[in-house]
Amino acid sequence: MKLLNTLIRSVLNYLEELGQLSRFAGKFFREVVRRPFEGRELLRQCYNMGNKSLLLVGVTGFIIGLVFTLQSRPKMLELGAAAWLPSMVSISIVREIGPIITALICAGRIGSGIGAELGSMRVTEQIDAMEVSGTNPFKYLVVTRILATTLMIPILVVMSDAIALFGSFLVESIKGDVSFRLYFDEVFASLDFIDIIPATLKTFFFGFAIGLVGSFRGYYCKHGTAGVGVAANTAVVETSMLLFVLDFLAVMVTDIFY
Amino acid sequence: MPKNPIYENRKPVITIRGLKKTFGQNAVLNGFDMDLYEGETLVIMGKSGSGKSVMIKCLIGLETHDAGTINIMGRDMENVSEDELRDIRTEVGFLFQGSALYDSMTVRENLEFPLRRHKRKFGGISDTTPMVIEVLESVGLAHAIDLMPEELSGGMKRRIALARTLILRPRIILYDEPTTGLDPITSKEIVLLMKSIQQKYSTSSIVITHDVDCARFISDRMILLVDGVNYAEGTFAELDASADPKVQAFFKS
Ligand SMILES: Nc1ncnc2c1ncn2[C@@H]1O[C@H](COP(=O)(O)OP(=O)(O)OP(=O)(O)O)[C@@H](O)[C@H]1O
Ligand SMILES: [Mg+2]
Repeated sequence: MKLLNTLIRSVLNYLEELGQLSRFAGKFFREVVRRPFEGRELLRQCYNMGNKSLLLVGVTGFIIGLVFTLQSRPKMLELGAAAWLPSMVSISIVREIGPIITALICAGRIGSGIGAELGSMRVTEQIDAMEVSGTNPFKYLVVTRILATTLMIPILVVMSDAIALFGSFLVESIKGDVSFRLYFDEVFASLDFIDIIPATLKTFFFGFAIGLVGSFRGYYCKHGTAGVGVAANTAVVETSMLLFVLDFLAVMVTDIFY
Repeated sequence: MPKNPIYENRKPVITIRGLKKTFGQNAVLNGFDMDLYEGETLVIMGKSGSGKSVMIKCLIGLETHDAGTINIMGRDMENVSEDELRDIRTEVGFLFQGSALYDSMTVRENLEFPLRRHKRKFGGISDTTPMVIEVLESVGLAHAIDLMPEELSGGMKRRIALARTLILRPRIILYDEPTTGLDPITSKEIVLLMKSIQQKYSTSSIVITHDVDCARFISDRMILLVDGVNYAEGTFAELDASADPKVQAFFKS
């Protein structure tokens, strides 16, 4: 009985938080179209986010491309399908691995950063200070960050895809001796719009989710300094879960249309 | 209502009546009344957790109150538009208990930040540097203009926060425990600074403090906040002489 009660309570809690999150998202859409636009702050955020995660995303992408090709190459050879390797690698990376891995890394890197930064601004009353000085802190802090992640994650994903494909090419050229030209001809020949458009579209949603959840957790941070850690941590965990859900939905939707 | 004749001709700039605020089961304010008269410094004392910060946050609209009325310079806070609220907030400065400097910005950027939305008030100024330097000089920290908040001591932070409040030329300043966490000498400096600002810009102020010396030095009038109501009001001398044990408790130590 007690167990059931706790279960019900936690489900209700969860639903309530979901409701708050969607109100938060609603507020974003109301504020994003209203003047004044914080253009400079938006640019600064974009720059910071790109700057902060470029190396990480690049290195991870490269290694993924490398490892993925190394792992699948023997099997492909065994099946006599070595010629298919570039197209298989490129389709898996562009459609799935690149977007989700990059988004997960950015959830850890950028999402937690937003949660911690806004959280500490909340507990040290900096957000209140903005409010009383007549600047709308939601616009200045939250809207700019959500927009920045929504714009930057797709760019980072494209770069990560490119670097991963390059990593894969390196393996191929060392082990199988193909030219750069030939390899990438194969790659582009196998990629259709069907692969690229939905894969790119979903990265905007990934970016939005990272900014939204990070800002939500930070903006409503409670319980002093300890709460800042909790905010950063929950932001990462919840964003990661949300990313998988979104990815699943994206695949379902794509499936309906094609 | 003030018994003191010096208030008879003055008009109140802030009026609070029957302010109530409850957090869950915790009734913090139970019908708090207050008037702030033009040009006076009103000190509010109360035990830690008695709701002083909550009261002042309701006043400026950072917290919503459950019941009661708040009137600032003739405008009811219950039904102001967002634009009006922003205008009121240029007239009412707030010094936060923990300074609340923006720690990703330099001192200069901290001071320029409030000007972003209020250039209108100063006739569309384009170069803010003279204003920044002027307020920094009035708090004695002109040399700190390019430092980051983390490079400042607690006392310096408090002064910069005060400068950030002053840059909008408020007519009313709310100080939330301006001397808490500072050593006695620095506290004294801050209190002197508050006094000189009060004279220089002829502001009205509400000062929340535990510091009896600060209260004695700066107050024109005092209110003791006990159990969520204005338990006692009067000048420092009047309250100090009171026989009520709850009032005495503040002055004994
Ligand atoms: N956001 C909040 N949620 C729940 N309770 C709160 C909140 N803010 C304040 N309280 C409660 O209200 C009461 C008054 O808090 P407040 O910060 O006003 O005290 P204070 O008089 O300013 O004390 P101090 O002198 O220590 O600053 C406290 O019991 C506190 O627990
Ligand atoms: Mg307080």
